[in-house]
Amino acid sequence: MTNATTTTDHDDHDDHGPAYGLSRWITTTNHKDIGTLYLWFSFIMLLTGGSFAMVIRAELFQPGLQFVEPHFFNQMTTMHGLIMVFGAIMPAFVGLANWMLPLMIGAPDMALPRMNNWSFWILPFAFSMLLSSLFMEGGGPAFGWTFYAPLSTTYAPASTDFFIFGVHLMGISSVMGAINVIATILNMRAPGMTLMKMPLFVWTWLITAYLLIAVMPVLAGAVTMMLTDRHFGTSFFDAAGGGDPVMFQHIFWFFGHPEVYIMILPAFGIISAIVPTFARKPLFGYSSMVYATGSIAILSFMVWAHHMFTTGMPVAGELYFMYATILISIPTGVKVFNWVTTMWRGSMTFETPMLWALGFIVMFTIGGLSGLMLGVAPVDTQYHDTYFVVAHFHYVLVTGALYSIIAAYYYWVPKWTGNMYNETLGKIHFWWSTIAVNVLFFPQHFLGLAGMPRRIPDYALQFAEFNMISSIGGFCFGLAQVFFLFIIVKTIKGGKKATDIVWEGATGLEFEELPSPAPYHSFNTAPEVK
Amino acid sequence: MSFKKLTARWFAAIAGVLSMLLVSVANAEYTLNLTEGVTPISRDLHGLHMVVFWICVAIGSAVFAVMAWSIFFHRKSRGVKASNFHESTKIEIIWTLAPLLILIAVAIPATSTLLDLEDAKTDADINLQVTGIQWKWKYKFVDEDVEFISSLAQSSRDVVKDPLGNENYLLEVDEPIVLPINKKIRFLFHSNDVIHAWFVPALAVKQDAIPGFINDSWAIIEEVGTYRGQCAELCGIEHGFMPIVVEAVTQADYEKWLNGKKAQALAVAAAAEEKWSMEDLIAKGETVYKVNCSGCHGVTGAGIPNVFPAMTGSDIVLGDIAGHIDIIVNGKAGTAMAAFKTMLSDVDIAAVVTYERNALGNSVGDMVQPSAITGLR
Repeated sequence: MTNATTTTDHDDHDDHGPAYGLSRWITTTNHKDIGTLYLWFSFIMLLTGGSFAMVIRAELFQPGLQFVEPHFFNQMTTMHGLIMVFGAIMPAFVGLANWMLPLMIGAPDMALPRMNNWSFWILPFAFSMLLSSLFMEGGGPAFGWTFYAPLSTTYAPASTDFFIFGVHLMGISSVMGAINVIATILNMRAPGMTLMKMPLFVWTWLITAYLLIAVMPVLAGAVTMMLTDRHFGTSFFDAAGGGDPVMFQHIFWFFGHPEVYIMILPAFGIISAIVPTFARKPLFGYSSMVYATGSIAILSFMVWAHHMFTTGMPVAGELYFMYATILISIPTGVKVFNWVTTMWRGSMTFETPMLWALGFIVMFTIGGLSGLMLGVAPVDTQYHDTYFVVAHFHYVLVTGALYSIIAAYYYWVPKWTGNMYNETLGKIHFWWSTIAVNVLFFPQHFLGLAGMPRRIPDYALQFAEFNMISSIGGFCFGLAQVFFLFIIVKTIKGGKKATDIVWEGATGLEFEELPSPAPYHSFNTAPEVK
Repeated sequence: MSFKKLTARWFAAIAGVLSMLLVSVANAEYTLNLTEGVTPISRDLHGLHMVVFWICVAIGSAVFAVMAWSIFFHRKSRGVKASNFHESTKIEIIWTLAPLLILIAVAIPATSTLLDLEDAKTDADINLQVTGIQWKWKYKFVDEDVEFISSLAQSSRDVVKDPLGNENYLLEVDEPIVLPINKKIRFLFHSNDVIHAWFVPALAVKQDAIPGFINDSWAIIEEVGTYRGQCAELCGIEHGFMPIVVEAVTQADYEKWLNGKKAQALAVAAAAEEKWSMEDLIAKGETVYKVNCSGCHGVTGAGIPNVFPAMTGSDIVLGDIAGHIDIIVNGKAGTAMAAFKTMLSDVDIAAVVTYERNALGNSVGDMVQPSAITGLR
């Protein structure tokens, strides 16, 4: 402990360690334990959703139906989407928030620790319920993760009710998590930490939490209307009863578009923490980053119908949604420019977290630019519902959101375990994943432009080459994440001891004020922020 | 062996396997980019696509070039000391306003193309009603009294386990829609059940077919040819198996085809008045069943437990024939079972009822004549 002064008060009688055994994890109200639970849960879901993707890529390896029936294929695409969005990406960010927010703002724990426990422990039940539907007669949900009515109501399998209840539970969990984040950030900052001194990860999570509270109830409303349409004789989405299937899409995307930003704003925060550390230079344009995040969040409520350009919207609506959509590229561009300028004339090194962050910036930009193309309404006629869209959102969600989560893991794991990960293995993990993920998703742009629709179990022969290449990339990328599991376990078991500051250029309370690993109870006395 | 040599060998091995795999399936032309298509709108869209694409390439290259420069020259291993600048209002304003100008430059042509794209009504020569049905398309010429259903060709269904070498696999239909060139065709989209989307890239038409709505779109096809497409909106089990084939022909050929269709319709009506033998009905019924029923109820009649009822041993099939006919003619409200009176002829319905009762593991032994269906409509 050379260059850090611990503020943990060792005379404090409440400073006890964790309980032992299973009851520690079931009854815990400690933000670090709950963060760990969230992260492990999301990793298990990543491998589960990933194995579904492997089924999809195996079936699409060659034209023809070789492995699975179309009905099961549809269940796989649906479950892959649901599990990855609600089970892997969102809980991973909540896990990072649980671990890091109190450490970053100098708080002893989250503001509402018992609710914190509950919001995690709902999730295993929600996802067991969702996954169990795969084993029911008639199979699981097979209508895509966007579950458009009436395919998800009148025409859906019996297990859809389990899906509906599962989504309700996930929503409750997310809203509770969001309330906790807001209460923590607004009430528990250390003296001297004004809002405009907060690290960007804290800022982006604060804004994300408001988005969650605003839109998860909308999703709950949509699935509740589905439920009453299915069982209680209502016709919200049934045209034969005077209902409106397009209204479903408006409601879904009013949730769905802010949801996209829920999955990317915390990623912006992570990248804004990592790039300055390894460039050894303060973040360029801190306040413009905060304002850009805010404007992205506000705009995200006003662009939902750009997912619906082919539903026959009036032309005035299409024009408005096109303009609003391409406008979002301005604040997003500001962020990328700020990161690049942060690197400019810095003194850079390229440890594993920095590699993942740089991978994020390059590939998220590619995904963002294809998003700009999709936003141009007339040309969306050609792109919509093709593999071009699949390529686009995997570039922003896999090489965007997931890459930022992995970057965050390598960046903060020395603070969590006290051990350094193995640098060589980390770099192998990065290069292996990055080559594989581009082999996987880049050819899907070509498939989409050639007119291959998404969500089909079999395809015409002119799509054969790129599907095969994409599948090979998919298998390699999947395997790389199993390798990641090996790295995670190895780092928990041991490794070079981390210093307190961990990284030469690191800043922030979690590095400057706490030892590595961070003690079970930290900041019982708040640090002073100057 | 050195590490470098080893990796080189690995790369060679992987590249070898990859190229072998690729050669084995390379039996159709693939493309990298959007193709120009054969309608004025599709050419406009292609042009707009290329403009936006090159703008994206330019922005991406500029960003990545600056990044690459820092990565190579501003690294600690070169002994660079980090500078400490972290704010510049001037530069922030520039990189907010410059993209705004670029976006305005994109929005202007995009707006005019969109207005053009959405103007289906003005001066339409032919109104074609297109109805999405799980999992086929029904075409009806609004002013011509011609209608028919187009579904995936049997030649594709027969080879789903091993389609290599099958030309136009999954892109062939039993009856293509024939349209004249150089006429403004207005498509009116509608759906009988779930949401479908009619998508033919060469015509630059992609429009959702939604129950309870009529959407429109248009095309002026400028070249004779065959243009293929698929359903683009997930619509259930056979979503990947409802292709579209448009044959664009000259006006004279179009009229000839139209007259042929009308004559065919009369022949179908006449066939309904004839007396059919049981064998003929079962033979006809098998074809009708494969195209219209097997998607849900299975080729062997096994259905999918808890989703789609089996035909083999079904109470309705084995029960009173009037009830069996009724569910096919009128469908079952609140379920996926559609009313087939709008999709099938009298002969088709009589044939499929007879087939289901006397095949697929059932042997009720009775039959129904097409003439008996006529009165039920």
